[in-house]
Amino acid sequence: MTQVTTSTLVEVEGMKVHFPIKRGVVLDKTVGYVYAVDGVDLSIRQGETYGLVGESGCGKSTLGRAMLKLTEPTAGKVVFDGVDLSSMKGEPLRTMRRRMQMVFQDPMSSLDPRQSVESLLVEGMRAHGLDKGKESTGRRLRELLSAVGLPSTSLRKYPHEFSGGQRQRIGIARALSVEPDLIVADEPVSALDVSVQAQVINLLEDLQTEFGLTYLVIAHDLAVVRHISDRVGVMYLGGLVEEANSDQIYTEPLHPYTKALMSAVPVPDPVVEDVRERILLAGDLPSPANPPTGCRFHTRCPWRQESRCDTERPALRELAPGHKVACHWAEDIRDGRIRAHEVKPQLTQDDWDTGADDNSLAGPASVTETLGP
Amino acid sequence: MALLEVRDLSVVFKRKGEEPFTAVDGVSFDVEPGQTVGLVGESGCGKSVTSMAIMGLLAKRGVKVSGSAKFDGTELLTLSDKQMRDRRGQELGMVFQDPLSSLNPVISIGLQVAEVIERHRGLSRKEASVQAAELLDKVGIPDPKRRLSEYPHQLSGGMRQRALIAIALACRPRLLIADEPTTALDVTIQAQILALLAELVKETDTALIMITHDLGVVAGLCDEVNVLYGGRVVERAGRHDLFRVPRHPYTHGLLASIPRLDAPRGERLSPIRGSVADNIPWTQGCAFAPRCPNAIDTCVEVTPAMEPDPVVAGERLLRCHNPVEPADRVEQEILT
Ligand SMILES: Nc1ncnc2c1ncn2[C@@H]1O[C@H](COP(=O)(O)OP(=O)(O)OP(=O)(O)O)[C@@H](O)[C@H]1O
Ligand SMILES: Nc1ncnc2c1ncn2[C@@H]1O[C@H](COP(=O)(O)OP(=O)(O)O)[C@@H](O)[C@H]1O
Ligand code: SF4
Ligand code: SF4
Ligand SMILES: [Mg+2]
Ligand SMILES: [Mg+2]
Repeated sequence: MTQVTTSTLVEVEGMKVHFPIKRGVVLDKTVGYVYAVDGVDLSIRQGETYGLVGESGCGKSTLGRAMLKLTEPTAGKVVFDGVDLSSMKGEPLRTMRRRMQMVFQDPMSSLDPRQSVESLLVEGMRAHGLDKGKESTGRRLRELLSAVGLPSTSLRKYPHEFSGGQRQRIGIARALSVEPDLIVADEPVSALDVSVQAQVINLLEDLQTEFGLTYLVIAHDLAVVRHISDRVGVMYLGGLVEEANSDQIYTEPLHPYTKALMSAVPVPDPVVEDVRERILLAGDLPSPANPPTGCRFHTRCPWRQESRCDTERPALRELAPGHKVACHWAEDIRDGRIRAHEVKPQLTQDDWDTGADDNSLAGPASVTETLGP
Repeated sequence: MALLEVRDLSVVFKRKGEEPFTAVDGVSFDVEPGQTVGLVGESGCGKSVTSMAIMGLLAKRGVKVSGSAKFDGTELLTLSDKQMRDRRGQELGMVFQDPLSSLNPVISIGLQVAEVIERHRGLSRKEASVQAAELLDKVGIPDPKRRLSEYPHQLSGGMRQRALIAIALACRPRLLIADEPTTALDVTIQAQILALLAELVKETDTALIMITHDLGVVAGLCDEVNVLYGGRVVERAGRHDLFRVPRHPYTHGLLASIPRLDAPRGERLSPIRGSVADNIPWTQGCAFAPRCPNAIDTCVEVTPAMEPDPVVAGERLLRCHNPVEPADRVEQEILT
């Protein structure tokens, strides 16, 4: 939570990432696509933390990677600090990359086990010409370690000699080593023990204040995302369904999916748990290779209407200042003119080619219900 | 007498050329029919090993299990493999974190459920199949008749977990152990599975041991909670008492370090310092001492015993020389 300015650092427009599904002996036939990210617009302001939340496979990591051009987008553009990255290649892109760093979920697999901490940290600095002599580099390394709370004796050690939380600190130090403006942190704490998660969350907050960083934090845990973010974007099947500031998203979730997600997050307090209303969604997440028509949430939405929901894809629109939602009926739902109803779970077609079977709706009675007081 | 009585359960692993490692160290607890008992703690604290020891699922070589686990009066720890296998299918059910590894990949879901029903209820294959479909339906699998012929890899993670629960239920167990049953699942699917488990306990009076690292799950589901640290139970209380007034510094620290969904934005978390790597052996005092903000000299000299809470009323046991003082007025209300 540094000074959040109004100037935009990253602007994403019409982002699409479609992965081809290949079949055939030499994988020469494209038989379909995984619509991992399918039309996302978002902007991240200088100095803020933008939190991206959603369930497994909804496209969070792919969006993060596409923003940094680690994955080539199928369509759309990314403007970083006023510069369009779309057509950038080679040296200019490499220079630009210094300013955007990534921190990964599993620190063990993202750090080369054969490299010492010193060599891990110096590597990036060297690549970007920041290694300007033994003495200044040595000073910089000590600064980095102290910033992330590791002892200076760590330099000669190897990743396996550290605990999970310490390895995550090394990953963060590595990202910091090249003095970036933006850090994309993909599930930075989900591999860590609860007691250690908080250490890393606090560290990320401190570093932001100290170095004026801008964060995109990707996580599946809404409580973590809410805690750390100024603004939150909720993703479902490749698209943003709601965007609001961290308090609004909790006090007034507008999208039916956000409501369900919020109600499903357990709260470590029996008093709260006993009286909470829970919106249980029916069935599974549909496959991103075969997304539902219209509103992607319509197969599970307890507020689904006869018209529009299954035919017309709702655009993200601003309902209140800074609060955007992609639902045709958001106002009616908010004002209570539309009530939640039962939903029968539908079979999800796991892959593009299992679709020959009937898409039967025959299922058990609804599991959408309210477990009220 | 409780349905399950675990007393002083210890599990020591001994590999050749290595120091013996005590994974579970004198754990005791009871479970009654219709009761949900939680075992909660961080990774490596001995939750899974506790449940595997009770279920007789630990390897025989290189493992020493001691203490007692009585199910309906019968000592489980001394039963033969065969006797244990019979019970596992019949009175004791288990659901694991990773359903794929506990389902047979080359047998259809329907057959896996039906086989259990056949074996334990003496029904014909045909009758068993009908019941299998009913069970799949009961655990919320859409179009169960069609799913009967599908294989585990064709189901999503949530559906697999439901199938596994269906198999565990097929023999109508009196005790079900669920080891991180929702940890691999998305949160909306987790909510479905937890609701299913809660309903089962209520409807069938099954005793449930819920193993999880997630205090939120515990808060919603468990009647009684055991907090484990380094292989020992350090605090036990009813869920309302435990969350309202966490007395053990570790429990207290865990609760202070979790971001809560309903907390106002900007509230700073208070992490527990260090990691489990800093623990000292229980034989030298309190294993948590190097990380504990309440530690006093005694803590590294005398091993704390599990004792009734001397200050706060209610059925609570604590393993601590210097528990966290109940802080505010709300908490004072339940003082004696
Ligand atoms: N390189 C790839 N080739 C093909 N499909 C891919 C590739 N990378 C991702 N996908 C698919 O794209 C979809 C979105 O994946 P992504 O990793 O972005 O999800 P996520 O939201 O980060 O999920 P998680 O929470 O599990 O990390 C998934 O269906 C995934 O299987
Ligand atoms: N077969 C084994 N051999 C040796 N050590 C083991 C074995 N299984 C578990 N352990 C150790 O016992 C401790 C407790 O493990 P476990 O019960 O699986 O933890 P959790 O609480 O995460 O379920 C851990 O330190 C683990 O490494
Ligand atoms: S557009 Fe329709 S289906 Fe989609 S979230 Fe809104 S009400 Fe539900
Ligand atoms: S016994 Fe001492 S070190 Fe252990 S938890 Fe209690 S106060 Fe802390
Ligand atoms: Mg991801
Ligand atoms: Mg375990």
